[in-house]
Amino acid sequence: MNIVVTVKQVPDLVEDLEIDQSGKALDRDWLKFKINEFDEHALEEALLLKEAHGGTVTVLAVDTGEVDETLYTALAKGADRAVKIVGDFAAGVTSHQAAALFAAALKEMDYDLVLTGVQAVDDLDGQVGPLLAAALRVPHVSVVTGVDVDGRVATVRKEYAGGVMAEIEVDLPAVLGIQAAKQPPRYAPVSRVRQVMRTARIEEVEPSAAADAGVEVRRLFKPEGGRQAEIIEGSPEEVADRLVALFREKGILKG
Amino acid sequence: MSGMGRDVLVIAEHLQGKLADISFEMAAKARELAAASGGRTLAVVLGHGARALAEQLNVDAVYYVDHPVLAQFAPDPYNRVLADLVREKQPGVVLVGNTSMGMDVAPALAAALGWPLLAYCRDVRWEGDAVVGTSQLYGGKVMAEAAASGAGAVVTVLAGSAPADAGRGAPGSVEDVAAAGLDGVRTRFKALIEPEAADVDITKEAVLVSIGRGIQSQDNLEMAAELADALGGALSASRPIIDNGWLPKSRQVGKSGQTVKPKLYLAAGISGAPEHLEGMRDAELIVAINTDPKAPIFGVAHYGVVGDLFDILPVLTEKVREAAG
Repeated sequence: MNIVVTVKQVPDLVEDLEIDQSGKALDRDWLKFKINEFDEHALEEALLLKEAHGGTVTVLAVDTGEVDETLYTALAKGADRAVKIVGDFAAGVTSHQAAALFAAALKEMDYDLVLTGVQAVDDLDGQVGPLLAAALRVPHVSVVTGVDVDGRVATVRKEYAGGVMAEIEVDLPAVLGIQAAKQPPRYAPVSRVRQVMRTARIEEVEPSAAADAGVEVRRLFKPEGGRQAEIIEGSPEEVADRLVALFREKGILKG
Repeated sequence: MSGMGRDVLVIAEHLQGKLADISFEMAAKARELAAASGGRTLAVVLGHGARALAEQLNVDAVYYVDHPVLAQFAPDPYNRVLADLVREKQPGVVLVGNTSMGMDVAPALAAALGWPLLAYCRDVRWEGDAVVGTSQLYGGKVMAEAAASGAGAVVTVLAGSAPADAGRGAPGSVEDVAAAGLDGVRTRFKALIEPEAADVDITKEAVLVSIGRGIQSQDNLEMAAELADALGGALSASRPIIDNGWLPKSRQVGKSGQTVKPKLYLAAGISGAPEHLEGMRDAELIVAINTDPKAPIFGVAHYGVVGDLFDILPVLTEKVREAAG
């Protein structure tokens, strides 16, 4: 079974996000990027499926900058191939562009299953997985937390609210939006990643694909208004005293 | 509004015989939008033997599509029926919940119609020919105001964006629509899996000490469990803790976990991703401890402590024990 995992870089939310002078985009000079955490789960699920059924895992990314480390890390974890879609993508791509580019690259590849993260923190124009499925004219299921494959059919668990799940059967080839792999994503030691960087090669493809999301960003802004927490300051002791007083006042602590 | 329809269509969703709250919230939002455009409010319910659900939405007209294949959600059959219906009814805006089902429906529908899609919308309104949405991005740290232009727009709506009660009520009419094109669907519903019986029902606890990524390692859970114990409450968590297998799924608070309303929700090391906030924002008293002063959790907490949970929790536990005698 041949599995393709599409991955993308997203800003690390631990860092401050600054809006650039246009007011319509984040200031990329100050952003630190990392792999979309759900894509990491998609990769893990792909590696688990490969371990169970054999086959290959290919990771595919659009070169929006800084993707090499992500691709080498995927190879170090056990992916067989890493493919980078090159072009002028330094400003980032919309979900529609990403889906069109992935679809164009996948037309040249042999795949039974495409796994990707269920969502990303910046997909303003929709999630890539179902858009990609539409472009490939294959079925999809999103919010998946486990995949089993039997022949040309995958059985997936799709998550709903309240811990309820649905078991859904999907014909292959298909695109699945992964929420969580069956186990936490594995870790690739830095030494192993370094070794892979010396020995492995990232393939480059340059498919032509254009997509207009039909969405124009007018402005970005930091959320304002709403509730703002009253900040309790002081030493841990002072903070704890204040909280205990608060809990008493609200009847959470008696006495 | 040249080119764009003026009607607003809500894609209702249901599970286990009940319409989801988001469906009523979207009906309420549709009423706002249609009042501004002079259009009609429409909704669609797909199901099997579920016509009673169509009678509950406060819109001008509900289309009810009945077919055995539609009894439970599966992406392919739903999307086939919805694309046909939207093509025929030509609304200007289609509202879809930012939910598990909605994530399968909205992009597929937008792609099938060639319409733009605005995701994660907290608000949506008309501005001349365009539909303008306010989307919550980057884990709730940045909002984007974006305009969609086309024959229509698909908008995914975040939970809690409109009052559900305004969307409850009898519709002007319910119209049966025949389902067609459901042969050979490529995704098929097999079974619903109920959550395993939990040792603790976090929806019934008066006090929850809830932990997130900031707890750093499984060994540190004990520290939070001790505070929960001292407060006579239980331990709950955000998604990453569950995905790591540190706590069972039954302890998860948020969109795909439980919605909780305890008397005290103490969030330690939880940044407050929108999916988490959805599950706890109505708690009576929310106290958040986080090292990042810009963490979105402080936007819903009543009281905040900007600091390290490892410094605060042990001292707090001790003082709570003393106070409780």
